[in-house]
Amino acid sequence: MNLKTHENNGTVVVSLAGEIDLEHSPSVRKQLMELMFDRRDVLVDMAQVAYIDSSGIASLVEAYQMARKNATRFVLVAVSQPALRVLQLARLDKVFALADTVEAALAG
Amino acid sequence: MNPVQVKNLDTHYGHRHILKDVSLEVRQGEIFVIMGGSGSGKTTLLNHLLGLLRPSSGSVHILGQDINTIGALAKQELRTKMGVAFQSGALFSSMSVGDNIALPLREHTKLDDTTIGIVTRLKLEVVSLAGFADLMPSELSGGMIKRAAFARAIVMDPKLLFCDEPSAGLDPVVAASIDDLILRLRDAMGMSIVVVTHDLDSAFKIADRICVLDKGEVLALDTADAIRASPNERIQNLLNRRTEEAEIDPDAYLRRLLGEKDEDEDEEPMRDHL
Repeated sequence: MNLKTHENNGTVVVSLAGEIDLEHSPSVRKQLMELMFDRRDVLVDMAQVAYIDSSGIASLVEAYQMARKNATRFVLVAVSQPALRVLQLARLDKVFALADTVEAALAG
Repeated sequence: MNPVQVKNLDTHYGHRHILKDVSLEVRQGEIFVIMGGSGSGKTTLLNHLLGLLRPSSGSVHILGQDINTIGALAKQELRTKMGVAFQSGALFSSMSVGDNIALPLREHTKLDDTTIGIVTRLKLEVVSLAGFADLMPSELSGGMIKRAAFARAIVMDPKLLFCDEPSAGLDPVVAASIDDLILRLRDAMGMSIVVVTHDLDSAFKIADRICVLDKGEVLALDTADAIRASPNERIQNLLNRRTEEAEIDPDAYLRRLLGEKDEDEDEEPMRDHL
């Protein structure tokens, strides 16, 4: 699993790659929650996510809920097919804010 | 490497030869149905796949490891990658539905409570039991218990899921919903799923391949379409629910009528309690 962040016009873009499983989801959760505590707008680029398990999805759910409470943005961007199938299994594709590209999310 | 590899498996209950030279492989991401009538050996085979029985001879490799020769710790680690939906549900009656489902995560991971809570409720959503976390198993219907058992079986996102008679005792609508759930789990999570069933409609709806067991032997192992089209009389008897008259062993028959037992007749196979 690889996690990188960079800023784009004041929004933090978190790029996830590889397999987000029981071993790696706690570190993803920690970094996302730190951004939520700082009340940052966050885009999560998931184009390179090969696999995400339920604990990884749970980290996204927790961060998204905090963003809603903070009235900040939390958007999943370019969600890969393997990750999208897991979101769809629990109908979370109808819950999260999704965007096709970082540019589209920033413009939205 | 295929996630399940069984080679030349033989097992006995006392003198009774239960499984006879069973060999099969379950491929990555497929739904593999083990089908057969009562007494065909399918539940015994499932118990071997779970490492609950030791064979007389032959081997069972699960996710690349020989389940009968690995140590206790390795077997425990291996079992965290396997989910089992038992026929009866096997929920702990003293625990709420939510606690039953969360139990594997609490026992085998270091996830924080918030994440465990979200994953637990996520799985309840997947099996259409949203909002039932605080109920006790005794408050659930048969179909709900099956679905709760599924939720617990998949809570660790296993690579391999075993389902024992998932539709047994359910009405056709609920049974169909369980079949749909199995298909969705495979498609979304890429799990390899082994289903033991005698429900023909369910088997042909979900199976990529079917292994037909008969009297402890693999009668056929092929795609669902090939099994359905098989010219084999015993397979057609099974598919068309025609009964077969069992061959009579006069000596054994008379002994049964007179209440005489063979030695070891009721002996249980060696169980692995690790």
